Parts: sequence; structure tokens; C-alpha cells
Amino acid sequence: MFEEPFAEGDSPVHAFDPRVRLAAVAAFSLTAALLRSPEAAAAALALGVFLAAFARLDARALFGRLAAVNGFIVFLWLFLPFSLPGRELWSAGPFTATAEGVRLALLVTLKSNAIVLVFLALAATCGAATLGQAMYRLRVPEKLSFLFLFTYRFIQTVGEEYARLRTAARLRGFCPRNDAHTYRTLASLLGMILVRSFERAERVHKAMLLRGFDGRFTSLREFVLRRADVVFLCLMLAATAVIACGDAIWRTLYD
Amino acid sequence: MHISEGVLSAPVLAGGVLLAAAGTAVGLRRLDYDRLMTVAVLAAAFFVGSLIHVPIGPVSAHLVLNGLLGAILGWAAFPAILVALALQAVLFQYGGLTALGVNTFNMAFPAVLCHFLFRPLLARGGRSAGVGGFCCGFCGVLLAAVLTAASLAATDEGFLTAAKVLLAGHIPVMAAEGVVTALTVGFLSRTRPEMLRFGRTG
Repeated sequence: MFEEPFAEGDSPVHAFDPRVRLAAVAAFSLTAALLRSPEAAAAALALGVFLAAFARLDARALFGRLAAVNGFIVFLWLFLPFSLPGRELWSAGPFTATAEGVRLALLVTLKSNAIVLVFLALAATCGAATLGQAMYRLRVPEKLSFLFLFTYRFIQTVGEEYARLRTAARLRGFCPRNDAHTYRTLASLLGMILVRSFERAERVHKAMLLRGFDGRFTSLREFVLRRADVVFLCLMLAATAVIACGDAIWRTLYD
Repeated sequence: MHISEGVLSAPVLAGGVLLAAAGTAVGLRRLDYDRLMTVAVLAAAFFVGSLIHVPIGPVSAHLVLNGLLGAILGWAAFPAILVALALQAVLFQYGGLTALGVNTFNMAFPAVLCHFLFRPLLARGGRSAGVGGFCCGFCGVLLAAVLTAASLAATDEGFLTAAKVLLAGHIPVMAAEGVVTALTVGFLSRTRPEMLRFGRTG
């Protein structure tokens, strides 16, 4: 139902320990989100492009995801260049685009795409199930990683439930319009999903109690830290630090 | 509704993380293992429900469902929404890791508020349940849009116009969400009324 086009692969990135990848993503994302010069953000984006190529991500799926992310960015470009006071670039009627506005919009675009690319290359290549297990090992609160894993598992079943109900409605000639009937049908559909999910939860809970569930999540999966993992983590942290320093130096020199 | 990565400023991101962590801590503490499975399934339903598109005039918008989720789950809405948003980030790249705190708080705080404000109405059943459902849907989206707009506006004055447009654009979504939530609550109170009393202890 919900495909993970990047989770499977035989690139070197796919072979790295998921815990290492998760830690590298967290460090990079935090740093990149706080960058304030477009020049450093461009370097971060270059790192993102490199990692995406290194992980040999499927190009079509990659551009699909990037397009979805950049929808919000395009929305910001409609307003940002005209909303900041500063040096005038060009004007049409009451709208004046300023260099400061364009610079901010550019900064946001570079940062956003850089973070998403690194996330896709390192985290999305793990798959959600592996990420949940890695979270568990990285000492994320037990109940939370538990919730993450089980929600992921139920998304598939609830999604199939929704697709089934949707098909049933379509077979009966339902097509969404702007009328009370559409709203009532969608509400019943949603209500049905909720009721069935609720009943499913009760069933699963009872089944788990019968099998001796005591609140602990046991997994057969073992994570192994190899030398290549440590080297990769060090390289990623070093690259992140270089970008952060570059940002600080650039700002003191030119701002 | 999701704010992408790399948009917000450090203080806004940090504030979001702190508030979301506090809410999630409260939610997790009140959540025992007996109810964990139900919260996981409802978080999944919330994730899937946001794929349902409702026609509004010439366009369509997807449901947000944070008000309804909050009304049912109470404080557990915080971990549920956090997990659902994390999965949306992993599977679709909506939102993301650094914006997770802000996005979680923006959606989950209205959810918990709806729980305390409109729950008595929902539990009464009949017509008042419908009114409570409408209020949950409407206020859930309204508050989430206000908080999202405020996060943008607090980041940089340059985002002010975009924030206002975002807020205005969500007014029809609030109305549609209110109507659908009211009808869904009506459906639930007829078929499984105990669902509307689920989070009573939480």
C-alpha cells in the first residue's frame, strides 16, 4: 500500500549500520536547519546530492519526492521576495522584490532540499521498520519506538481497509461532489475505518496477551558496528562541522 | 499544513521541540501498555484518514483529523501525532526531522484542547455530539493553522504575508473538516459509542 522505493538497494549506503545513518542524519539536519548564509546552504545541498548519488536512489521516485517537498517552497517564493524591506531588485505595480527577500527565499530553498536529500539517502534507505528498531537501540523511550513500529504495521492494514471501502463505494457509483451526500458518505467511510481499526486493536491486544506480552519488545535483529560504519560516521560529522564553520566564517566576513 | 525542513528559525524549532517533548512525555506517562495498541491503530487511522480528499468548491483538501483524534485520545494524541508525522516524514518526506517538534505541537496541542473543551458534548450523544464533533473538527484545524502561521511569522517578518495567506486559505478547510467530523461522530455514537469514551482516564 505505502511503498518505500528507497528501502531496498545494494549501494554502500544501504550497507551502513542504521544506527550510524540515523545519528548522521540527526546531526546533519540540525546543523543544516540552522544555517544562515546561502553559500553554506549550497555546500550542504552539494553534500546531499553527493549522498543521493552515492546511495544510487531511484531517480524517478527521488524527483517525485522532491517535487512534493518543493510545493511549500514554491508557495513561499510567491510572497517572500516581496515581503522584506531592502535593496530593490525590480518592481511591478505595488510589488517590489528586494535582494534581502530573494536571499531569504534562496536560503530556505537550498536548506530544505539539502536536508530532504540527506534524509532520503541515509534514513529512507533504511525502511521504516528498521528505523523503528534503530530508534529502540538508540534509547528513544520504549513506548514511543513501540508505538512507531506498531503504527507503521497498522498503516498498511488500515490503508488496505480504506482502499477496499473506497472501491466498494466506487462500484456503487459514488463520485465525490459538493453535496451533503458526498460529505455523509465520506464521514461514514471514515467512521467505518475507525470502528474497524478499534476492533482490530482489541483483537491484536488480546492475541498478544495470550502470547505472554509483558510490555517488552523483542526483536531477532542484531545491529553490528563495523569499521566502515565508524569511518562513515566520522566523515559525515566532519563534513557537517566544516559546513557549520563555513557558515560562521562567511557571516563574520560578509555580514 | 506541514512546514518543510529548513524554513523555521532556531528559536522556533527549539521551542517546538521543547513543547512537543513535554506533551509527549505527559501523553506517554498516562498511556499504559493495555491502551498502546489502540493508540497505535488510531494513529494509523489518522495517517490514512489524512489521505481522504474532501471536495470544497472547485478544489479539494485532505482531512486533518487532529480534533477528532484529540477528542478520542486526550493527552495520548501527542505521541500518536508525533509517530504519525514521523512516518509521514519517512514515507512521503512531508515535514521532516528538524520540523517534527513544531509540526507535532501545532497539530497535537489543538487536539488536546479539543479533548478538554468538547468532550462533555461528545459524551452526551445525540444532537450535542454532532455539535461537539463540528467544534472539534473546526477548532482543531483553526488552531493548527493559527499555530502554523504563528511559527512562520515568528521566524522572520518576511514570512508574515505567507502566514496570513496560509491562514485565510484554511478557512474553507475548517468548515469542511467540521462537517465531516460532526457526521463521523454521529456515525460513531450510533455504532460504537464506547469509542467516544475511550480516553476518559487519560
